[in-house]
Parts: sequence; C-alpha cells; structure tokens
Amino acid sequence: MTTEETTENEGLLVRRIKNGTVIDHIDGGEALNVVKILGITGTTQEALSIATNVPSRNMGRKDIVKLANRELSKEEVDRIALISPRATINIIRNFKVCEKKGVEIPDLIEGLVRCPNPGCISNTNEPIRSRFRVLPKGLHCCYCDWVITRDITGHII
Amino acid sequence: MATQHIISIGDFDRKEIDRLLDHAAQIDNKQYDKTALCGKILAVLFFEPSTRTRMSFESAMARLGGTSLSVGSVDACSMAKGETLADTIRVVSGYADAIVIRHPKEGAARLAAEFATVPVINAGDGAGQHPSQTLLDLYTIRQTMPIDGIEIALVGDLRYGRTAHSLASALSLYDARLHTVSPKGLELPATLVSGLREKGMEIIEHDSVGEVIDIVDVLYVTRIQRERFPDSASYFNVASSYRITPELLTGAKKHLIILHPLPRVDEIDPRVDTSPHARYFEQSKNGVPVRMAMLMQVLP
Repeated sequence: MTTEETTENEGLLVRRIKNGTVIDHIDGGEALNVVKILGITGTTQEALSIATNVPSRNMGRKDIVKLANRELSKEEVDRIALISPRATINIIRNFKVCEKKGVEIPDLIEGLVRCPNPGCISNTNEPIRSRFRVLPKGLHCCYCDWVITRDITGHII
Repeated sequence: MATQHIISIGDFDRKEIDRLLDHAAQIDNKQYDKTALCGKILAVLFFEPSTRTRMSFESAMARLGGTSLSVGSVDACSMAKGETLADTIRVVSGYADAIVIRHPKEGAARLAAEFATVPVINAGDGAGQHPSQTLLDLYTIRQTMPIDGIEIALVGDLRYGRTAHSLASALSLYDARLHTVSPKGLELPATLVSGLREKGMEIIEHDSVGEVIDIVDVLYVTRIQRERFPDSASYFNVASSYRITPELLTGAKKHLIILHPLPRVDEIDPRVDTSPHARYFEQSKNGVPVRMAMLMQVLP
C-alpha cells in the first residue's frame, strides 16, 4: 500500500493514523508547500507527519503528508492540485481507507495566492480576498488581469 | 435584471461595441432624448486627476437631463481618513443611480462593482483599463475609415499606458494589424502581447515611428512619462526620438489619422495640430456622445 511507505531497515517511515487524511503522491519536495496551502502552521493544532523524497516506483520520489483527525474538504483538496496535480487523497477512518480520490484543478481560487502586481487593489486593506481564475497559461487575477505563469508556490499567502 | 457595469473593454464582444458606437453616432447627429436621464444622478468619484474624462462624463449626464455629484478632491473625502473604497462605494450607492470611478489601483473598478448596488463605470484604474477612452478611440477611427483592415501603430509608453492596453484588446476583435513603437522597457506587457497573439492578432514591433509612418492608417500616440526615467537627460533623449513632427509626416498615407488620449506634453509638435491628419481634439470631443451612449446603456 502506497500510503504505508517503508525503508529497508526502519520499517514504517511515518506512523499510521487512526482517523484523518493521508495525502499521497505529492511531487517530491512539495510537501511543505502542501502544508502551507492547507494553512497549517506551528500554531495550529493538527498532528502532522511529513515524509519527503520517499522512493516511489511511478514517480521516482514523492512526498506524503498525514494529517490526524482532520478530513480535508473538496476545496482544500483541489488547492493541492495547483502545485501537485498527481496527488491522491485518502480519507482514513478507524485505520481504514474509506475514500480515495484524486485532486482536480479548480476553476477559481480565492484567498490562497497573493497577486504579484503591487498596484493591484487586492494588495490593499480592502475587505476582499485575492481571486484568480485558473487558465492553461497560469493564474489570472480577477481584479487586475495580471497572470502568474510560474512559481505559484512563491505567491502563496 | 442584474446591475450592468462597464469595467473592462474585455467584457464586451464585438457586436456590443458596434451597437454602442452606432448609438453614439445617432447621439452625435442630435437624435436623442434630452430628458432621457432626467431625475437620475451620477456620482463622479475621481481619486486621480482628470480633465477630459471627468468633464465629458458630467457633460454627457447634463445633456441627457441628469445631474452629477462629486466629492471634489481626494483630500476632501473620507478616504483621506482611511475609509476603504468598499465602504465609500456602499455609501455612495445610496446617493446616486450610477457611479463613475477613476482610481490609482488596478482592479479598483472591479472591486467597486462588487460592492455597489448601482451600475459602475470604470474611468481608468491604475495601469489597467479605460474602457470609455477605448470606445471613443474606436468611434473616432470609425468616423474616418472602417476599423476592419486598418494598420495601426501604438506609440509611446505602452507598458503603463492603460489607454494603449484597452485599445489593443478591443482591436483584437477586429481585423486590425498592430504595430508598436516604444522605448526599451516601456513595451506592451508580454502577457498582453501573448494573449492578443493567441487571439490571432498580428503584432509587429518597431524601433522608430519612421519605420511605420508610410504603412499605417492610424497613429495612436501616448505620453511618455518623465518619472519612468532615471534623469531628465535620458527622458528628453528618448522623448525627442518619439516626437511626431510635420517633417516626419511627409511620407504618411493621405488618409492617416493621428490620435492621442491627451494630455500631450512634447510628443506631438504643435505644428501638427493644423495638419489634416490631426484628430486628437475631435477625438476628445467625441468623448461626450460616446459617454452619453454608455450612460444610457447602464441607466435604462
């Protein structure tokens, strides 16, 4: 089972969780960005395990994030697609995988990415959240029409 | 019926633009109801200086029997006390039937439309959009020649010049070939160029106006802003090489028209004003019928 990665000598790399979410098949090195996208910081309460650069037959190397006692919503899951479109989500209940799903790139993302245009109204004290349309060429700011074509993770709020 | 706003030229399709310009032409021929907006109030919220846009919106409203309200200068309104634009818009929505807004931040008009309960017209937002200017630019071109098939050169500061961005976007709806002439570092934004090319628009970059003067039907000149340059010497050096003079126009097509959103500083020699090519003052005057048509569209 892919979510129970082991190494030759150490056994299970990260502990199984009883309830929560396992995000598997994250592109190698992107786990910390996934955690950032989910709004998890040192001050939030989630019990979190992260494995990075785990050998993977299909991906070469991958990252895994295990989040105890929290089931991710569809909106949260789809945000992950922006940086790791091959990620899979496993919802765990009583140690069993109850749901397994892929991520879908959303049409619109709100409050996740900061517009790099310093002249954009979304970078002021107005009571709005940043809003981007997801296009094949990148993220299109709904306010100022700026398009982020690369380094999306660098613009995550 | 949903509140209708005019925020970006990109919100229009070609049919809608043509319909609005046809209506402006009718108004220009004095075929309009002088009481069409009697009893209606337009709030004029300008957070940046303006002469033409502001006065032509007020004139347009007056000619249709309506009235305009404004707060005067930015210093005189509550935003100077730290009020958000969102709150200002919510409040002003209660005082007027439509809002026309100019703001230094890009996307400000889009934000205003989200919070307003009345129609919002964008009169320029930072380096973003200026749809009413674009409509009157197209209207002025159409007075002389069909827009389809034109060769047009955009000259000057094409990076920060919102009028150039809006016009280039609108022209992508027509069969127009775009030539650009701008100083290094002030070219059309790459994302805009790639977007226009994806729509099938041909865009050719040039180093000098002389390269295009015998090709183009329309010369659209914009101001090169002094503050974009490190010192006065480099500004004058660049600005003088983009200056339109009678001598430069000797090789121009007979029907060439020169447009400029104004204000101009040094980019068009005043001797050009009397040439048959000069259309910029007429263009400015066209702001009234075009904005009358816009007001009638959002205030039915």
